[in-house]
Amino acid sequence: MAGTTLLDIKGVQTYYGNIRALNGVDVTVNQGEIVALIGANGAGKSTLMMTIFGAPRARAGTITFAGTDITQMPTHEIARMRIAQSPEGRRIFPRMTVMENLQMGASLDNLKHYDEDVEKVFTLFPRLKERIAQRGGTLSGGEQQMLSIGRALMARPKLLLLDEPSLGLAPLIVKQIFDAIRELNRTQGLTVFLVEQNAFGALKLATRGYVMVNGNVTMSGTGKELLANPEVRAAYLEGGHH
Amino acid sequence: MAVTVSPESDVVASPVQRGLKEGFYAGAISLGLFVLFIGLKTGQNISNELVVTTRWGLLVAVVIATAVGRFLYVAYGQPFMANQKIADVATGLLPGSVASRFFQLPWFIAAVTAAVLLFVFNNSLAGWVGAEPAGYLQFLRALAIIYVLACVIYYFRAFIHANFTKLGIAALVLYPILVVAVLSLNAWSIVGGLQGSLKWVDNFGIQILIYVMLAWGLNIVVGLAGLLDLGYVAFYALGAYAYALLATQYGLSFWILLPAAGAMAALWGVLLGFPVLRLRGDYLAIVTLAFGEIIRLVLINWREVTNGSAGISGIPKVSFFGLMSFNVSDSNYIAKVLHIAQSGAYYKIFLYYLILGLCLLTAFVTIRLRRLPVGRAWEALREDEIACRSLGINTTTTKLTAFATGAMFGGFAGSFFAARQGFVSPESFVFLESAIILAIVVLGGMGSLVGIAVAAMVMIGGTEALRELDFLKQIFGPDFTPELYRMLLFGMAMVIVMLWKPRGFVGSREPTAFLKERRAVSSSFTKEGHG
Repeated sequence: MAGTTLLDIKGVQTYYGNIRALNGVDVTVNQGEIVALIGANGAGKSTLMMTIFGAPRARAGTITFAGTDITQMPTHEIARMRIAQSPEGRRIFPRMTVMENLQMGASLDNLKHYDEDVEKVFTLFPRLKERIAQRGGTLSGGEQQMLSIGRALMARPKLLLLDEPSLGLAPLIVKQIFDAIRELNRTQGLTVFLVEQNAFGALKLATRGYVMVNGNVTMSGTGKELLANPEVRAAYLEGGHH
Repeated sequence: MAVTVSPESDVVASPVQRGLKEGFYAGAISLGLFVLFIGLKTGQNISNELVVTTRWGLLVAVVIATAVGRFLYVAYGQPFMANQKIADVATGLLPGSVASRFFQLPWFIAAVTAAVLLFVFNNSLAGWVGAEPAGYLQFLRALAIIYVLACVIYYFRAFIHANFTKLGIAALVLYPILVVAVLSLNAWSIVGGLQGSLKWVDNFGIQILIYVMLAWGLNIVVGLAGLLDLGYVAFYALGAYAYALLATQYGLSFWILLPAAGAMAALWGVLLGFPVLRLRGDYLAIVTLAFGEIIRLVLINWREVTNGSAGISGIPKVSFFGLMSFNVSDSNYIAKVLHIAQSGAYYKIFLYYLILGLCLLTAFVTIRLRRLPVGRAWEALREDEIACRSLGINTTTTKLTAFATGAMFGGFAGSFFAARQGFVSPESFVFLESAIILAIVVLGGMGSLVGIAVAAMVMIGGTEALRELDFLKQIFGPDFTPELYRMLLFGMAMVIVMLWKPRGFVGSREPTAFLKERRAVSSSFTKEGHG
């Protein structure tokens, strides 16, 4: 199954008003891969992530998911194609309990596999089970990130988009979360597209990677190639202790 | 607790010393504030000249009251409360310790006796002591009754807490029966009891329940979906005018027009919803405020249909499901059918149960919807709209259903209001009504049905009760009308509640999803500030 293209982004341009944030980006995510997109602040990584979900909408180019053009689809329809997202800043529901947050994630699946999927999420993140009746807003940052990923998984996605899952978290928690992503990919064959500033961790995890600078993809290759690339090392890795 | 240290002696001031000092300051401040407000009064004499009358006595009384009040609070009140807090940590006995001293059995018995005696001999006492002191006696009786009720609530607090909803519904169902029974005993006649019950059932019961229903309806929009709506009264007006016009023009029955009015209000809810789909927070509030005013101005200016400011009168009464009528002249008038004495109270009691039924319907629908996907989507929408969309929730339909459902209950309440009053005019649907309904939702704790019902009782019942305080005329003179101070007290009560409970009476929210069994969310997890 590996090798078939799941998500195909071609020549996508996105604007905020008159400011062009993406200058014709091409990214491909194949079935069963973990693809990482790395880059500095303001490079357009999160914009690309949000453009896939149609907010903001691409002004040029096409986004194809599993053979369907989703460029002009409304956001909730895109989500119903079984693309799940753990958005930037996690965006869990703060006044709802952990359980209710997970339930909201399952609404796409009409709660059909609810009990089974809840158990899977708790196996992946046992910490969430301890916090089951606690309100989302009172969780720690790492727990919120786990909840955000868990909520996305409840929809039984074909593609999981993760926007900076390591943001603001302690190295140990980052490792736990990256391990969980690797585990999901290995055991369930889940395709993951990941945006990260933590270039080392992301490229080590990823099958392939893209480097983004000022709204353009400047480099691509396997995770190992990019890790070894001197330019990437100079720009994103040197000086970082991971 | 702030400790005042005087520079000369380096000795910590005792509470009494601090109380004296702060009492003096408070007196000085109130003197400065009130010397012109209270001390001097300007008026006009017969030849239209400005005259100044001085009221030094009153000014002195106010200043002394302020100073003494501040002294007592600082010298005794604050140390007492601080001690109570300490006792709490050490033994875990507070808040029981104050309360158990306050609610003691001998006092309880004394209060019951006083209440019963004052109740039974009310009329004869008024004859003996004259009308003026009788006002004080009635106030005393009210205090005794409140104390007895508070005692009962205190001693059964665990039971009441555990069965609050059931007890509340039972109390609401029994309320008119109890009122009629007690007043019949008091007057030694059932007709007299029925007559006396009019005020209690109508002004307190029905009036409060209308606001409970409106607030529960608005709660769907504001409390659950998080869409701030300042023009909710528009849907109330639409329901009222829908019933008033269709009933007077076409003679249709209330039972047909009630759902029709609800449907019409819901339709308008959707129509309002469409243009404001992209708005949130302050912007949404302004547009809904404008919508409320547009509806009111249309009602005033579209004279051919709505009869303008004069309103519509002669709106027919509700019938007892078409079986019996409440019009004395009809052949199937309830007293004729059941062979009982004539009284206007039957209609009021019937209306009471009707609005109670509508309220319970609102509550039932709200509770059920919260457990269904649409209700969960409302709550998720309140929390985070972007996250909602990325989870595949159609925010457009979610918002529109919230507006439509909330509006529908507003429409129901409106048609009931028109039937109860027999008269509607744009006067009843001013912005202040929207503000009061919203205030009830916020005071009750957004999203909590019980909290909102309690807030409606306090706010509407409280302002109604202020009409009853005739004894205040003894203190402030016969010109004093307590009704005029209703809004002032209303505002003060709101400020106090918001200081004391910033999230409303019931600030925690009941979760709707559980793994295996229900587990209460500990109050320590429901802190301020997070959404």
